Amino acid sequence: MFEAILLTVITASTPLVIAALGELVTERSGVLNLGVEGMMIMGAVAAFATAQLTGSAYLGILGGIIGGGIFSLLFGFLTLTLVANQVATGLALTILGLGLSGQLGEAFVGMPGVRLQPIVIPLLSDIPFFGRVLFSQDLIFYMSVALVFGISWFLFKSRAGLKMRAIGDSHGSAHALGINVVRTRYLAVLFGGACAGLAGAQLSLVYTPQWVENMTAGRGWIALALVVFASWRPLRVLAGGYLFGAVGIGQLHAQLLAQSGGIAIPSQLLSALPYVATIVVLIIISHNRRTTLINTPASLGKPFVPDR
Amino acid sequence: MRIELQKRANTSMLFSLLSPLLALALTLIAGAIMFGLLGKSPLNSLYIYFVEPLLDVWSLHELAIKAAPLILIAVGLSVCFRSNNWNIGAEGQFTIGAITGSILPVLNPEWHSPLILPLMLVMGMIGGALYAGIPALLKTRFNTNEILTSLMLVYIAQLFLDWLVRGPWRDPQGYNFPQTKSFQPEAVLPEILDSGRAHLGIVFALIAAVALWFMMRFMLKGFQVSVLGQSERAGRFAGFSARRMVWFSMLLSGSLAGLAGISEVSGSIGHVQPVISPGYGFTAIIVAFLGRLNPLGIIASGFVLALTYLGGEAAQLSLGISDKVSRVFQGLILFFVLSCDTLIHYRIRLIVNPSAAQEGKS
Amino acid sequence: MKKLIIALAATAAVLGGFAGSASAQEKKKICFIYVGSKTDGGWTQAHDIGRQALQKALDDKIETPFLESVPEGPDAERAIERMARSGCALIYTTSFGFMDATVKVAAKFPNVKFEHATGFKAAENLSTYNSRFYEGRYIQGQIAAKMSKKGVAGYIASFPIPEVVMGINAFELGAKSVNPEFKLKVVWANTWFDPGKEADAAKALIDQGVDILTQHTDTTAPMQVAAERGILAFGQASDMIAAGPKTQLTAIVDTWGAYYIKRTKAVLDGSWKSEQIWDGLKDGILTMAPYTNMPDDVKAMAEETEAKIKSGELHPFTGPINKQDGSEWLKAGEKAEDGVLLGMNFYIEGVDDKLPK
Repeated sequence: MFEAILLTVITASTPLVIAALGELVTERSGVLNLGVEGMMIMGAVAAFATAQLTGSAYLGILGGIIGGGIFSLLFGFLTLTLVANQVATGLALTILGLGLSGQLGEAFVGMPGVRLQPIVIPLLSDIPFFGRVLFSQDLIFYMSVALVFGISWFLFKSRAGLKMRAIGDSHGSAHALGINVVRTRYLAVLFGGACAGLAGAQLSLVYTPQWVENMTAGRGWIALALVVFASWRPLRVLAGGYLFGAVGIGQLHAQLLAQSGGIAIPSQLLSALPYVATIVVLIIISHNRRTTLINTPASLGKPFVPDR
Repeated sequence: MRIELQKRANTSMLFSLLSPLLALALTLIAGAIMFGLLGKSPLNSLYIYFVEPLLDVWSLHELAIKAAPLILIAVGLSVCFRSNNWNIGAEGQFTIGAITGSILPVLNPEWHSPLILPLMLVMGMIGGALYAGIPALLKTRFNTNEILTSLMLVYIAQLFLDWLVRGPWRDPQGYNFPQTKSFQPEAVLPEILDSGRAHLGIVFALIAAVALWFMMRFMLKGFQVSVLGQSERAGRFAGFSARRMVWFSMLLSGSLAGLAGISEVSGSIGHVQPVISPGYGFTAIIVAFLGRLNPLGIIASGFVLALTYLGGEAAQLSLGISDKVSRVFQGLILFFVLSCDTLIHYRIRLIVNPSAAQEGKS
Repeated sequence: MKKLIIALAATAAVLGGFAGSASAQEKKKICFIYVGSKTDGGWTQAHDIGRQALQKALDDKIETPFLESVPEGPDAERAIERMARSGCALIYTTSFGFMDATVKVAAKFPNVKFEHATGFKAAENLSTYNSRFYEGRYIQGQIAAKMSKKGVAGYIASFPIPEVVMGINAFELGAKSVNPEFKLKVVWANTWFDPGKEADAAKALIDQGVDILTQHTDTTAPMQVAAERGILAFGQASDMIAAGPKTQLTAIVDTWGAYYIKRTKAVLDGSWKSEQIWDGLKDGILTMAPYTNMPDDVKAMAEETEAKIKSGELHPFTGPINKQDGSEWLKAGEKAEDGVLLGMNFYIEGVDDKLPK
């Protein structure tokens, strides 16, 4: 039973982790995109539609990534080229995404979806317990793990990552050093959109292979919160995402166990647990003011126009 | 070809006024194309969307009802955002304000005193302020990021409301359905005119907006907000306390959100139920920025956004346009307004030949 | 000059189209207000299918405008009033949360007829209507008891309102009529509509040992999970067989169309009266999806029960029934009153859950 519960937790946490990782990169470059929910739902509908029309879940993944990516460019154009306010543009992007996805997806409501099949990795999957939990998963899960380590390496070990962080901390100085701020930020926004799209694809191809409107149901917001929670560090996103997923699944089991024990706990209280847990953990880790300041991109959300 | 921005030396007065008009023009063109593609008459559609809701008296009342909570919350948030405090949990403060404000009529349905309404409003404000005080406390005490805590507290507040109206506050005569008894007449926020159901909420919103405009413009507090918002260091040199500003801005915005919450429950709904807000607290963030974080601008943007909701409904009913299309249209309007505001601070140049521009630079 | 004339002509044509909207006034407007999107795949879609059936049946006499995704808060009253002002003859408000808003608007527009789904407040020009979903749930309980090997079913519930509690009880009563030891586990998902959460709840129930699932939430996610895990399940609100061809035993299908046609005709011929209507299987307001994935004897039993309920021979809530704590609720042969059912807030014996108070 423990194994089955763990699998459920992984499925529930993966979209949060992926979307949060994308947003993390965007924010590290100094751009705050609050439109994660909108990009995620666009990814979900694009992935579902592509998979339906081609019959291939893998093309569906691609569709989700492209859908989320293209949609994020709209945000990029407004905030980077036209330097519109990032907070408001992000929120408007969510409104637009929820409406547009509903309109585009109308024809697909009620269709049984194409499920992304797991890839069983030979040998590794024979390891007792871990083999089945970690090495008999679908491609998107493997991608999420690769993203965590890839982004860690990129941000903290590669030159390009260093440049990106420099932009996030002070776009003025970065520009003075000859780094192309706007181009880098475009790429970071695009990456964030692609990740949100991939997270959406996980929803409509793995988590619940179907399309219904608003199926993200607020997960984009949770992903946004996770980035802050993780103080902009990829490994902490992973930990935070899984913590959130685990508490959410755990409360369902707690309900059932409490019932058998004849205890009445208000289900609203249990439903609130993941949010309470997030706050409590954040208080504990943000206690140290210095580490938080080091990681927070200093120019986050501030407009930048290259002067010449 | 690419677009290049050039910062203006001064913000352009001309474009401050022209930009909304330009956005309106773009919206009309985009709307005409969109409605045309959907097979509707473009002119007629735009008329129904933007003009018809303004022609009926009852509809104007509804516009005021819809705009009131948006403005009330957004002006509070504008102070927060200007001082660099990112309270995005106004929805939660709205909810808690509605709950604390409703304690008296729910628990004392037989108390028929003119005192009840003012007490409710005050309690609603206190509730909203206290709830916003949680992220303020965590930020000042533990350095916890307020974006995250205020957002998480929204979900908690909604679940708490859900538990209340399904449990202890449930109307015993209501077949166990999740809502409280209807408030006694003394506990209902009065309507301002006989011609429709707009209530005092809009008056509160306008007063709050003008008061905060005055504060930001003419009072030391307003100056503190701007200085600390631009640079905490500069604020420190001037002897302003960033910590106090966290408390001030959060409590202020929380109390206004709470006031909006109790006004909505008492004036528009008349009892407490699981859903009391269609996301006012989040929409108000957009309203605040559309109004350029200026309380007077927020009055205008609040009414504009309210109009898009009413227009969307009218279009659904008269034209058979789906709710999703109205939401797409609403998103487009916001995009146009936001991008046209660029013109206030920047000159836009289209550069056709990039190499020429490079030469010009060197 | 020629261009100008063309432009003027075009404008005139457009304006003409604008004036033309009034010419359709011959047809009566029968209006609908929805809490969700008309393609939500659940509650609202079922009502919209009913609306379409109505439009089709009386196409030459009526038109059926609707407003979708109207939140149950302060916006509801405006939306309903807008409908009343736009000349609707009859307005269906299709969610419980619209109750007080409907009451207020109905008082302002005495000449417009209103019908509110699942509520309990009526007026001279305001009817209420509801469906006896519990009849279908009783049949499902019987099937579950026959088909379950472990004798435990899982129930994904939304919110603890009487409708849901009644459904849980009816399911357990049906199951106990076949297997007195049958147990029911309940998970409260606290949502009507979140495929992810519903799937999580389904998985939790299966991991806790149930081998049959039923749901009172809107999406097909639980059905998909059941299919994936190889257990059986029941559909909700619409026929969900597409999501689980080898999984769905049957489903309660909301077929509001029959009701909408009946009442609209009454408005057209002037015989409409305010009533509090609670129709069931026999009236066609709900139907059972085909009985699939079960042996013939179980199917025969289900069909027999359905026939008995339709004929009135069987009322699911007939005593002797004890409450959860073992105290007597209904004496042998005693039938539950509708009023008690509509406000039900207690479990019967055998439900393995504490009702959230």
